[in-house]
Amino acid sequence: MAKGEIVLGCLAPHPPHVVYAENPEQNEAFSEGGWETLRWGYNRLARKLKTIDYDAMVIFTPHWQTYIGTHFLGLPEFKSKSVDPVFPNIFRFNYDISVDVDLAEKMCEVAGDSGIITKMMRNPDFRIDYGTITSCHMLNPDWDKPLVTISSNRNAHYYSPEVMNEQASALGEACAKAIEESGKKVVLISSHSLSHRHFVTESPLPEDMSREHIYNHSQYVWDMKLVDLMRGGKMREVIDIMPEFTEQTIAETEAGGLTWMMAAMGYPDYPAEIYGYQSVIGTGNLIAAWDPMEATREIVL
Amino acid sequence: MTGPDILFEVYCPPHPQPLLSPEASDGYGKLRDAYETCRKRIEESEADLILVYSTTWPSIIGHQIQAHPEPEWVHVDDDFHFLGSMPYKFRMDVEFAEAFRDAAKSRGLQSRTVAYDGFPIDTGSVVALKLLNPENRIPACIVSSNMYANRAETIVLGKSARDAIQEQGKKAVVVVVSSLSNRMFTEHIDPTEDRIHSAKDDEWNRKILEFFGDGRLEDLSQLSREIHGQIRVQKVVAYKPAWWMSATMGQHNNYTGEVLAYEALHGSGGAVVLLTPASGSVGDKEFDEDDVEHYHGDRGVLDKGAL
Ligand SMILES: [Fe+2]
Repeated sequence: MAKGEIVLGCLAPHPPHVVYAENPEQNEAFSEGGWETLRWGYNRLARKLKTIDYDAMVIFTPHWQTYIGTHFLGLPEFKSKSVDPVFPNIFRFNYDISVDVDLAEKMCEVAGDSGIITKMMRNPDFRIDYGTITSCHMLNPDWDKPLVTISSNRNAHYYSPEVMNEQASALGEACAKAIEESGKKVVLISSHSLSHRHFVTESPLPEDMSREHIYNHSQYVWDMKLVDLMRGGKMREVIDIMPEFTEQTIAETEAGGLTWMMAAMGYPDYPAEIYGYQSVIGTGNLIAAWDPMEATREIVL
Repeated sequence: MTGPDILFEVYCPPHPQPLLSPEASDGYGKLRDAYETCRKRIEESEADLILVYSTTWPSIIGHQIQAHPEPEWVHVDDDFHFLGSMPYKFRMDVEFAEAFRDAAKSRGLQSRTVAYDGFPIDTGSVVALKLLNPENRIPACIVSSNMYANRAETIVLGKSARDAIQEQGKKAVVVVVSSLSNRMFTEHIDPTEDRIHSAKDDEWNRKILEFFGDGRLEDLSQLSREIHGQIRVQKVVAYKPAWWMSATMGQHNNYTGEVLAYEALHGSGGAVVLLTPASGSVGDKEFDEDDVEHYHGDRGVLDKGAL
């Protein structure tokens, strides 16, 4: 069997607003659009994904929060409705997803062998979180690939962002090893915003773009610092400053997603593809991808 | 009547073991028995509203209030999914939810009701309502805990609840869903070996329970920041339930306190406590933080005092 590999890594923020703005038939709410900079970036990255040969998507989500280890989806199918607890007015999504259980079990096993506390999730009534659904829908609106969701263990809450960084790196390395052993071609998805301070009010029409802006300038400056480092192929440095960035901007990197993905990909020293940056209800959202194949790597924006 | 009619208050933990696996350990069983006692008290009371404040329902857009008349779902906990599913169908007091929202708004808070099929009611609220009001005899209301809210906002939210209870002429039982110390073990454990995560957490929990037992709720509210720093995992900015609870109940120390159970729930401090308004106050704390009636939003300081 050929060695498995990671064929692309995607930073894919999941404000449900972008799904709401697309008006897919699965979502009950109706919008007049909004957040085009992000959506059009997502659309372009989705087109690139169509040109890549892969078997499964593996997504790390901040909205399946676990405190007792890292959990993996462990049943072949989940079909239900996901209602966002924070923005139920805009996200009530009927989903029907398939899971690559073999790959999930392999990652669970290898992570367990490396000393990480793990658990397979096999309750058929479990509801898929809106982070998984939003990122996966925007990257693959056809939903024609199986996925694996990995929960985010909240080390930053229990210990510190430094510990989060260490643990998420260890998990990333274990997942990379499992993917290699699985023989599969896998797309990794780190599902989160960068800076993550929200406005606590919402305009009567959520998609009213005249109201949308970053929460404050300091958040913006930090986000741009990260974008610059990503463009420069300095992912080791990004992960090194991750604890400080996370604390300064209450970033959603707190859950460990980006660290996990970068560790799994060996801290790329090549430029990230940048697909778009926009604020959603004050938070900073970047869509980016890391393509290990030099021949297909692009300068997008 | 000078104030709203709040019959008593129940403080209970958010974890699902007392509902799903009470037989797994003596401690979980004792917590379940304590819920039973509360259920009976509620049944014997003249309550016509159960108002729940849940620390496991975070919100961002102000304060969300559940207003679906009959929310129904099969809930599964993020961590404890292997203990089983929690099917529920509750009965909500929609009129009260709307009155509560209006009261919050009139005190300057951002607030909205939510009434959507399939809305994910949180583990803490599901456990509390299923155990305290299994037949849905009494209509309920659930309010979220805003991630960013701090003391002033939370106290004003409590006062809004009070306004609404009074305005609606309800006889309310107030339920606060929260752990004491909330650090769980980070590995899977044998439930029979469950214990409080550390001696420090245990000591603080017992100190808090002493205050509860003496009916010193406002004193606990004043100690909230200290409690947060000492025994709360820093998931949110503050230990808000004490502020909300005391503000809702009337900001005093005049209660008969009954600590019905105190047990470990995967390392966290789980207590079931009843507080019934009484006469005769105790306490020796002096407070200098201003009380607050109306929420004016965050105070901006960046544009002040600049050169
Ligand atoms: Fe998020």
